[in-house]
Amino acid sequence: MKIAVTSNGNDLSAQVDPRFGRCDHFIVIDPHTMAFDVLDNKQSLDLPQGAGIQAGKTVANANVDVLITGNCGPKAYMVLERAGITIFTGASGSITENIERFKKGELHAAKSANVNGHWM
Amino acid sequence: MIISIASGKGGTGKTTVAANLAVSLEKPVRLLDCDVEEPNLHLFLAPENGEIETIKTLVPEILEDKCTFCGKCETLCQFKAIAIIKGTAAMTFPELCHSCGGCFKVCPENAIMASYRELGTTTRGHHQDIELIYGRLRVGEAMAPPLIKKVKSYAALDSINIIDSPPGTSCPVIASMSDSDFVILVTEPTPFGLHDLTLAVGAVRMLHIPFGLVINRSDIGNQDVKDYAASIGMPVLMEIPFDRQIAEATTNGKLMARELPGYRENFLTIFEQIKNIV
Repeated sequence: MKIAVTSNGNDLSAQVDPRFGRCDHFIVIDPHTMAFDVLDNKQSLDLPQGAGIQAGKTVANANVDVLITGNCGPKAYMVLERAGITIFTGASGSITENIERFKKGELHAAKSANVNGHWM
Repeated sequence: MIISIASGKGGTGKTTVAANLAVSLEKPVRLLDCDVEEPNLHLFLAPENGEIETIKTLVPEILEDKCTFCGKCETLCQFKAIAIIKGTAAMTFPELCHSCGGCFKVCPENAIMASYRELGTTTRGHHQDIELIYGRLRVGEAMAPPLIKKVKSYAALDSINIIDSPPGTSCPVIASMSDSDFVILVTEPTPFGLHDLTLAVGAVRMLHIPFGLVINRSDIGNQDVKDYAASIGMPVLMEIPFDRQIAEATTNGKLMARELPGYRENFLTIFEQIKNIV
């Protein structure tokens, strides 16, 4: 299993970035071994529009099963849902903390986007 | 001939100038309200039996049973309106599409079908001997230029066409003003009016269209707008005073060129000056 967490740094002590589309990095973690990779989100940050769509693709292409983030808009949600990724929104605190909460079953999967789209 | 009325700053009197000019001129005259986010010319010159048409724009719909998920359309799209997910799914986001049509051309599988997004409506009708066409953008639609271009497509060669532009200097304004023979800039003689007038002058110059100035509420504010106009050689076509009678007429949906003596002649003078310039 692979979990992607939006992050404002590049290790497990970093804080969850509340933004999905325009987060700094994705930390992709194996929750059993806690081994992780850092994915850059520069491709999305450079876009004038469609950052959520691009970020959704980046996460989908990393073959993750689960995404933990703060906020997820409607278009990003559609991409993630289509890629079969389970989404947890409303996260805050450190990456490690959130993985522990996930393992304990304390997180609840989102059934829809939790924020509006930008611009349109 | 196409004459656009533009301003930079909002609320300076574009619609007032457009409507009064239209009723003053010899017919045929067509009025094109390109301020599709907030059209208001019809409040002064309500068309009888306006014919409403829904305007749509081309967007792609991907037939997933034909699609091989090669990603050519996705790579081409500059607006992220197409997403290929993990090589197994193709998604479109019609609201991001700019209708360039490129995806249809690059698809090797003919897997993209024409679909449409509603932009808004156009209304066409006559107010007495003036033909009025105005656009109204669908609430939630972010792209005004395609609808503005549709409104402009009703400009007639054998008529004087007056375009009421939106305020500002962004894409909708450029879409409205481009292809005009002359641009009338309307300002008020205040620091704010002057600031936005200089932006509008910059935009009109980039389009290489001759332009002139109408100063509305000309007896308020200060001299700076006139000094600026003189310094760049911009002709002042007309000054409209800050007059209670004009305000009262306008508030009642009436036009100074019809109601108050002398104004029709003043608006005709604007046109005479424009004819001499273009």
